[in-house]
Amino acid sequence: MTVSSGMDAAGVRRAAIGVAPFLIALAFAGLLVMLVGEDPLQAFEFILQGSLGSPDKLSDTIMVWVPLTLAAAGLVVTFSAGLWNIGVEGQIVLGAIGASLVARSLDAPTVVVIPLALAAGVAFGVLWALFAGVLKTRAKVNEIFGGLGLDFVATGLTLYLIIGPWARPGIASTSGTEPFPRAAWLPALGDSRFSPLAVILAVTAIIGVWLLLRGTRVGLKLKAVGGNAQSARLLGIPTDRFILGAFAVCGALAGLAGAIQATGFHHKLVPSISGGYGFLGILVVLLAGFRAAYVAPIAAFFAIVSVGSIALTLRLDVNSALGSVLTGVLVLFALLASGLRSYRGRRRADAVPPAT
Amino acid sequence: MEATLATIIAAAAPLLFVAIGETISEKSGVINLSLEGSLMLSALAAFAIAFETGNTWLGFAAAAIVGGTFAFIVALSSISLWLNQVAVGFVLASLGIALSSFLGSGYTGKPGGPIAVPPLDVPVLSDIPFLGPVLFRHDIVVYASLLLVVAAWAYIYRTRPGLSLQGVGERPGAAHARGVRVDRLRYLYTTLGGVLVGIGGAALTLDAKLGWSFLHTRNLGWIALAIVIFGGWHPIRVAGGVMLFGLLQWLALDLQDVFPGLTQVLPIMPFALMIFALVLVNAEWLRDWADRHPRWGGIILGDAPSAIGRHFRAE
Repeated sequence: MTVSSGMDAAGVRRAAIGVAPFLIALAFAGLLVMLVGEDPLQAFEFILQGSLGSPDKLSDTIMVWVPLTLAAAGLVVTFSAGLWNIGVEGQIVLGAIGASLVARSLDAPTVVVIPLALAAGVAFGVLWALFAGVLKTRAKVNEIFGGLGLDFVATGLTLYLIIGPWARPGIASTSGTEPFPRAAWLPALGDSRFSPLAVILAVTAIIGVWLLLRGTRVGLKLKAVGGNAQSARLLGIPTDRFILGAFAVCGALAGLAGAIQATGFHHKLVPSISGGYGFLGILVVLLAGFRAAYVAPIAAFFAIVSVGSIALTLRLDVNSALGSVLTGVLVLFALLASGLRSYRGRRRADAVPPAT
Repeated sequence: MEATLATIIAAAAPLLFVAIGETISEKSGVINLSLEGSLMLSALAAFAIAFETGNTWLGFAAAAIVGGTFAFIVALSSISLWLNQVAVGFVLASLGIALSSFLGSGYTGKPGGPIAVPPLDVPVLSDIPFLGPVLFRHDIVVYASLLLVVAAWAYIYRTRPGLSLQGVGERPGAAHARGVRVDRLRYLYTTLGGVLVGIGGAALTLDAKLGWSFLHTRNLGWIALAIVIFGGWHPIRVAGGVMLFGLLQWLALDLQDVFPGLTQVLPIMPFALMIFALVLVNAEWLRDWADRHPRWGGIILGDAPSAIGRHFRAE
């Protein structure tokens, strides 16, 4: 009896630690809203209304979910290989540049331009990711700092294109290039931005990554490389090839995200073309505990908060950064909670010496 | 010439605090990846507190607390909770950026004149030809930033506690065997590094780039991370990297009429240089050369602390 009640208490405590980060994040965001003299409950309601309240808003939210999910799906692969692909932002940017190149220069019907633009986005993303990968495997440059550097180089390249060779005639401005011809716009429903093709691609990507890591030998080997590269090498797994492969997959999906951003959302190349979805994708995957199955719902939550908090500023005098604060606090406390759990586990293990 | 050098030195002060602070954290073996966010939030805290209280130094204190707290969270998560310090640092960076955007919107464009750090010429020394105007006609924050570089170098390489600091970052096992309390020192130096990052934030909004707007310190945190690597984790070389960056920025401003677009491209130079430095550091031919010419090799090549980013478990 006592044993089972003790386990119940432990179960309740575990559940509490699981839910706590979410409640803390909501409370923190609510406090900030109160700090600027507004009603937190009303703010949360407006966030939901502003992201799901009408077909147009829903389609905007979905079109944020798509690149976020694509980037996060790719990141699950690199994380499985033990890689911190901070270069994902730059891979999205390069994907957008690749797609823009095709969209600007090819005068052809949509059925020709869009597949080529998306393919160019994938190719550019892979190229940029392999750059970070080769720096790691050949030159032993840590992928965090190599990737960070390549992110900024990619942003610099975008700015250069926008004010240099791709500048709008007569205007030197960083507001973006000339809009693409209509044939190079990702086909969308009605007047909205909602593109069924983009959703299909994102869903396929996340299911593909889930299957890859769950049931294939390649996925198993990839995880072996991520778990302990040295023992994987001793087992005869070509670790460098797997590392480059993981980078390539992530670069492909990130590049696709960038291509969709350019052809489906902005319809031109702008300096902030990545939308920050690469870094946000890292937060999604951290919160998902690196598991593909959780990526889609968490990305949906992040997309709702992100689109909703921008809409919120139109209704209340609240800064749109509220959404980023909320997701940031959520991920921080989720990490701390998991650390606390393992810390308590170690404490218990120390207190009770294992029976031999 | 004199005026240009003086401008570069004055503008470098915030980045010196940040980069030296991060160098100290990383020397102890902990990467504080949160710089971009902690710098932004501490820069805001400095301006907001100084603006509300009218006291410049309270602003500095607030910034130091913010920077120290961020670094302490990184230390706590990695040292005691065994979490991935890169993950926690990354999340804190995002959170700091978001918080500074949210909390700072009311301070955008507010005048900072009355709370600026007052100028202070060093008596006698400021009259030396050339050196006087370049080095000794600034303010106390700039002098402190220059002294910090020398002090950090002397402390790390010329004192016993500095030896322990190197030990916990290089060979924590050996340091532990000698009776050094590895975890405690890592807590101490990581947090101290964060305090310096915070002071760097205050030096921005209350001195070098007076005032507040969101993205006021844009990318400086990431740039500091790059410069620490470029500088090979050595305070003097890190300071050299900061000055080089300042020179590049000044060139970008000065030459933008001649080469439009340069202002857009130059900000990415530190990152290109960082990648280049990282490639060189690991290049075998350069390693061989440095081993054969220790005197020159030591100047060019700097190694990351061996145990950087790794959790230490005393068995």
